[in-house]
Amino acid sequence: MGKTIFEKIWSEHCVSEINDEVGLLLIDRILLHERTGGVALQGLATAGRAVKAPHNCFATMDHVVDTLPGRTDETTMPTGKSFITATRAAAKAAGIRLFDIGDPRQGIVHVMSPEQAIVLPGLTLVCPDSHTLTQGALGALAWGIGSTEAEHALATSTLRVARPKTMRVTVEGLLHKGVTAKDLALFIIARFGSSGAKSHVVEYAGPAIDALDIEARMTLCNMTAEFGAFSAIIAPDMKVFAYLRGRPFAPDDTLWPKAVAHWRGLASDPDALFDIEHRVNASEVQPMVSWGTNPEQSIAIGDRVAPSMPNAEAAATRALNYMDLKPGSALEGLKIDAAFIGSCTNSRISDLRRAAAILRGRKVASGVRAICVPGSTTVKLQAEAEGLHKIFIEAGFEWRESGCSMCFFAGGESFGLHQRVITSTNRNFESRQGPNTRSHLASPETVAASALAGHISDPRMVQL
Amino acid sequence: MTPFTVLESIAVPFIQDNVDTDTIIPSREIKAVSKRGLAGGLFAGLRYTEIGGRQENPDFVLNKPIYRNARILMSGKNFGCGSSREQAVWALAEYGFRAILAHSFNPIFRRNCIRNGIVPVELDVTKLLDAADHLVVDLDAQEVRDSKGRLWPFAIATEAKSMLRNGFDEIDLTLLRAAEIEAFRTRDRARRPWAYL
Repeated sequence: MGKTIFEKIWSEHCVSEINDEVGLLLIDRILLHERTGGVALQGLATAGRAVKAPHNCFATMDHVVDTLPGRTDETTMPTGKSFITATRAAAKAAGIRLFDIGDPRQGIVHVMSPEQAIVLPGLTLVCPDSHTLTQGALGALAWGIGSTEAEHALATSTLRVARPKTMRVTVEGLLHKGVTAKDLALFIIARFGSSGAKSHVVEYAGPAIDALDIEARMTLCNMTAEFGAFSAIIAPDMKVFAYLRGRPFAPDDTLWPKAVAHWRGLASDPDALFDIEHRVNASEVQPMVSWGTNPEQSIAIGDRVAPSMPNAEAAATRALNYMDLKPGSALEGLKIDAAFIGSCTNSRISDLRRAAAILRGRKVASGVRAICVPGSTTVKLQAEAEGLHKIFIEAGFEWRESGCSMCFFAGGESFGLHQRVITSTNRNFESRQGPNTRSHLASPETVAASALAGHISDPRMVQL
Repeated sequence: MTPFTVLESIAVPFIQDNVDTDTIIPSREIKAVSKRGLAGGLFAGLRYTEIGGRQENPDFVLNKPIYRNARILMSGKNFGCGSSREQAVWALAEYGFRAILAHSFNPIFRRNCIRNGIVPVELDVTKLLDAADHLVVDLDAQEVRDSKGRLWPFAIATEAKSMLRNGFDEIDLTLLRAAEIEAFRTRDRARRPWAYL
């Protein structure tokens, strides 16, 4: 019987089967950020343990660091500075590369790692961050862990992993023009539920996935955290190889042919079996917007809110109250207070280019606070080289330094009480982006079009 | 880590689906690079009357006098979804919870529980609500019992059970295999040199 890509990577990394359920897996890359990484390094040092393979570990500042121009170690988040300085000191002591404030490689960990080719096909990669599975878009087995697991990975270059089950989501057909990977992700989560992936490794396949560019694949894999998955993965293809070639930590010319030959063998075999198989048709997907306080509470932009999830009436009612909506409300036309483009979901150069195409020569509606936060300093510099920053600024967007920024409220900056925000981020939980903030998840295009209109608006209606 | 055998307690019914780790501990309540000092921030958005404040909201279930010393929490589907922040589990443990009964768990959250002495019990809790005044979580027997003799078996992976039961430090266990890991890395390095920076 054939093997899935997950099974191939698992067996290649399995040092030892601890028992029927658990394998001791070799970990190729460990990424850390100042929010959860500093405490792991500190825990390790307190226990008197050393980092086993510091050259394969990387740290960056993204979660707590300010994104306001002219930033320093000081943060608008109270006590944020302590996370930055502790992580810097711990990374230095452990001999781990740190992409610090001011380094052009600094950025959101799941944006900067692919950019630097720290992640490669077939690698195992972990980070104490739930969106680590983003990096499965390049054919790696990448998953989020806790800080204690991070200590284990750092100290031993391995993790004890209970073998997850597998799911394949085959996406037939092609996405319509103006419909993005973000919309596809929200469509899948809305259809199968936010625990629909049930701790499985989700492999995405099919013509619509083949057609996605690498950054769009990252968006889809990223949102799989909101699908309840252990991890997400897409078989590496020519697009992945072309994306990685020549990047800083990619194999050099002498190793490249051998690496590519290896990577070509990773794809799931035609006769491989999955524990669960789902099929969706890309042509059914419309631009999606969330209406509630969980990503599964999302609908096509032209639809009306009609919660019909079995046994979820109480949750739906609570969500509608929180969002100040009624059953049957339309989302299109709903007045917004703010618009946010950023986060590990949608802050890469292609996201910014597509949003800028909508904003070019237009102005954000009066009264709407609009913010764009590039995902990494590399993205920011590239956007500035292309003149995209001028488009954002002239339209009325704030143009920020890179980081996670207002994807979540950490006690510093926020959108404010009851503010309604259209956002390219990944979580619309209660008070996620600020005290009682009402977040509507959408693609960068929908965020841009809505910022211009002053209300939730279909980006396909904007003349490009 | 304190070994877990049998726990007897009243159980707090916090029956909602998709309780996320932002709800368990909001990011703003994680103020220091530390695994401690987090219990005060547990469920802060619901437990207190205002953001950043410590005035208790009497309507929140955790604040009801009968649940003051509860060590079991009950919830719905997909408990602990969202951010991987282990502070959520550290806060629950520091507050005093040793078992969580939920319809299902987020994978990272479940693993964090096991590494911090909290037993994640997957059960349809709606069947236990009338028994919540006194429950026994018996890890060895893998069952939850009530005072009337009813019992609900639950599944837990062998490794997780052994870690909770014995309070093992997983890193110590793995370090015993250091030579085996090193030999594997040497062979692997020849096979996949690009993986080693």
